[in-house]
Amino acid sequence: MMTTLKLVHLVLAFVAAPLLLGIINRTKALFAGRRGQPLLQAYYDIWKLLRKGAVYSRSTSWLFAAGPWIGFAAVVAAATLVPFGGARAPIAFPGDFLVLIYLLGLSRFLLVLSALDTGSSFEGMGASREVTFSALSEPALLIALAAVAKYTGCMSLSDMVVATVPHLWLCAGPIVVLVGLALLIVFLSENCRIPVDDPNTHLELTMIHEVMVLDHSGPDFGIILYSAALKMWLLGQVLVGLVVPAHTGVLWVDTLAVLLSMALLAVLVGIIESSMARVRLLHVPQLLVGATTLSILAVVLVLR
Amino acid sequence: MNNAADIVLVFLVLTNLMLLGLSRLGACIRTVALQGIALGLLPLLTKGGHMELHGTAFAIAIILLKGGVFPWMLMRTLREVNAQREIEPFIGYGKSLAVGTLILVVCIWLGSRLPLPEPVMSSLIVPVAFFTIMSGLFLIVSRRKALTQVLGYLVLENGIYAFGVALVDKQPLLVELGILLDIFVAIFVMGIAIFHINREFDHIDTDKLSGLRS
Amino acid sequence: MICALLLIPAVAALLSLLVRHTLVRRVLLVLTGVGHTAVTLAAWNTTPQPLLSGWLMLDAAGLLFLTITSILFLACSVYAFAYLAIQGAGKQQDYEEGMLFTNAPDAVFCACLEAFLATMTLVTVSRHFGLLWVAMEATTLASAPLIYFHRHHRSLEATWKYLLICSVGIALALLGNFLMVIAASKPGGEGIAIVVDALIENGANLNVPWLRAAFLFFLVGYGTKMGLAPLHTWLPDAHSESPSVISALLSGALLNCAFLAILRSYQVCAAAGQAAFCQDLLILFGLISIGWATIFILGQTDYKRMLAYSSVEHVGILALGVGVGAGATFGAMLHAANHSLTKAMLFLVAGNILAAYKTKATTEVRGILGVLPWSGVLWIAGLIAITGMPPFGAFLSEFTIVKAMIEQGRIGIAVAFLAMLALIFIGMTAAFLNMAQGRSASDLRPPGKSESILAILPPLGLGALTLMLGLYLPPAVDSLLRGAAATIGGY
Repeated sequence: MMTTLKLVHLVLAFVAAPLLLGIINRTKALFAGRRGQPLLQAYYDIWKLLRKGAVYSRSTSWLFAAGPWIGFAAVVAAATLVPFGGARAPIAFPGDFLVLIYLLGLSRFLLVLSALDTGSSFEGMGASREVTFSALSEPALLIALAAVAKYTGCMSLSDMVVATVPHLWLCAGPIVVLVGLALLIVFLSENCRIPVDDPNTHLELTMIHEVMVLDHSGPDFGIILYSAALKMWLLGQVLVGLVVPAHTGVLWVDTLAVLLSMALLAVLVGIIESSMARVRLLHVPQLLVGATTLSILAVVLVLR
Repeated sequence: MNNAADIVLVFLVLTNLMLLGLSRLGACIRTVALQGIALGLLPLLTKGGHMELHGTAFAIAIILLKGGVFPWMLMRTLREVNAQREIEPFIGYGKSLAVGTLILVVCIWLGSRLPLPEPVMSSLIVPVAFFTIMSGLFLIVSRRKALTQVLGYLVLENGIYAFGVALVDKQPLLVELGILLDIFVAIFVMGIAIFHINREFDHIDTDKLSGLRS
Repeated sequence: MICALLLIPAVAALLSLLVRHTLVRRVLLVLTGVGHTAVTLAAWNTTPQPLLSGWLMLDAAGLLFLTITSILFLACSVYAFAYLAIQGAGKQQDYEEGMLFTNAPDAVFCACLEAFLATMTLVTVSRHFGLLWVAMEATTLASAPLIYFHRHHRSLEATWKYLLICSVGIALALLGNFLMVIAASKPGGEGIAIVVDALIENGANLNVPWLRAAFLFFLVGYGTKMGLAPLHTWLPDAHSESPSVISALLSGALLNCAFLAILRSYQVCAAAGQAAFCQDLLILFGLISIGWATIFILGQTDYKRMLAYSSVEHVGILALGVGVGAGATFGAMLHAANHSLTKAMLFLVAGNILAAYKTKATTEVRGILGVLPWSGVLWIAGLIAITGMPPFGAFLSEFTIVKAMIEQGRIGIAVAFLAMLALIFIGMTAAFLNMAQGRSASDLRPPGKSESILAILPPLGLGALTLMLGLYLPPAVDSLLRGAAATIGGY
């Protein structure tokens, strides 16, 4: 029973991930007074790309073709470590949150490598920015999780979310707020959303993530889009799992609560994207240092 | 652990960190206003139900002054002097934030080593108050604009007030009102001075006020 | 009586804002000085009743500093009467850079001056630390517009530094207040009110670590206002850019008030058995101040700044005197009186010189004795008095302090102190004598136009007083000084 449930959760993640993009886009459309794309647009895009053929530049090597797929594999592996709301993940062991961060890092590393492999200056620029910002956001994520680990005394992400009960809000409200804020900023930065990166930008000079994948086409590009959606889902799950204390024990209530929270998170991102401008590239590190500061503050509060 | 008070205190810390990282003067003033309101709420939250009239009235006065009147006066000054943002502070925003975090850690370490004679509502209060004081001082020395320095002074004052409100049960009303009045007049006079500085120098960068030496 | 002391200047300040006629306003200023001094002298005979359940009370130390403030204000009000008369309305030309500026309105100047007196009086009579703080901050706010009397960029810069540095300093003193409350709190029960007398009474019950922290913050906070180096940075600017009459009041009265505030906290610490801790700090700050002042006086080219640095030196001597304790405390009290009288006199004379020569550079002023005979003589007399030469009072007080040091076997400190005094003597004498003697450019002042009596009488009176303190201490003054020394644990 438990194993089946975990597999169902995993499948749910694989299926529902691109939906988040749809919700974000519809929210933005609503704010802008447009009708917007269909909710399932991301699925159509990925499906279309997967059926197409790919074009490879003569200057690229095997790395260029392999990068997206190995990156995808890393994200899939990461998915097995992330709990679904308050339920335990398919694989859980002490220290698994470190592995999760490394797996996500690996996927980014391969993407960066394949971007550099093209030898294009634009892609190199994007890769350099991506690496810079992730180097600043990873400490925030790591320290925030460390704060929770220290507070709950659990070294496994699954145990941590299980320990996140309503009681935690009452006795450690400040810590939850700080960790939540830090994770939200990391969520926005890692998924290339405003205010760090504008996913809709059309100018290569201002792009970060998008410019890295300019040369990818067909199935490669499709799988990159899908990996990105899955990664957003995973980081969203971490945030929701730690901040939303939804374990009633009733299966359908819990599942619904988690799905609803994810949808709300997507709406929140949509609202943020509609109401804020992208900050200047020079100020992005400031934002991320701010997130790290929040995490450190949480750790300090825990250690006190 | 008094949760409500803790959340307010953490909010104070966050506003301090925001001030260290913000460049827009308008946003800075609004942040200080928020901080003032939170500060006024602090005694209301900690003392809970059994508040006397005196305390409540004073808390309301604090909220009105620090959350309303001071920001309004500073905003007016800001409009008059037409300076929108702090340009090139002596210590950049990223570095300021880093320094702020460092100060925070030191303050919390310090707070854990200062034994209070009486148990207080939250063990966070001393470190947060010290951190607020230090942030205020840091803002004063690391920013160029006269207006930001006034904000730093207000933050410093807020920190001292936070310290007082938490540890000092009752100050005589006369003294409390006197303190408030003094700060009010100080901000008022500083606002006028900034206005004059702007008229005299066409900017409010205090590092250029360097005619008097040795 | 305390009520009268506070209300006379406060009401006068209000009236000054209301009265439209300039002459009436200026007469009112002088009358305020006269009235205030009269009430103060009356307080010498009959001890005033405490007010507000002992929050406002005059003890010997308070009365001493109140008297100094009051006499100085009287002298300055007379001087200001003449000063305002020659400061015409409308555009003035700056003599240093040649730009045009206006002066602050007459009403603002008079009202702030009177409000300044009211707040300083409040400082001297406050027994409650919170009230004392309120009064100290109020002195800053009342005096800031006075420094910005000449509305040009240099005085504005000085005002801004004064406002910000002093406000921040005094904010730290507020923290000292709260620490004092913690030191006075009792577990479970109502703490001791932070009124000086109550705290002294319960000295043994105070929480020592918190009390020490409180004293540190008081020292740094009020020390900023008092001008102890290295917290004095506002002082030279404010003194050199404000009108001379304001410099005289800042230097002679305001610094003393801040010193009194430090003494109040020192009293409490002494009652809790922490006198040694405080005294070491006071000696440290005192020596740093004197040393710092020495460095800046040597080679100083602006005579008003030189006087300002001399103030830093003398507040250092005050701190040093209290720090050494015992007999030196009496010396410090006497020195407070001497320094105030002398320094105010010098600033007023400096005002006369500035008005005639239109420069603050020591190198450009020559032959005061020829051009302004009265001011010249007073300038030389002031030099002798401020450098601690007999027969003026400062000699007596500095001698008392050194004697106490030697009696306590603190030879090192005594030698350092005397060496620095000697250096300051050289620095000031060289500058002052060069200014007084020699031949001036002849076009300065048409011969025959004598100096205004109102500009000579106040410094002359102040000089006579300090001369008297050097030659003969009237019994009443002596007993007051001894009383003041006794309240802070000396003799």
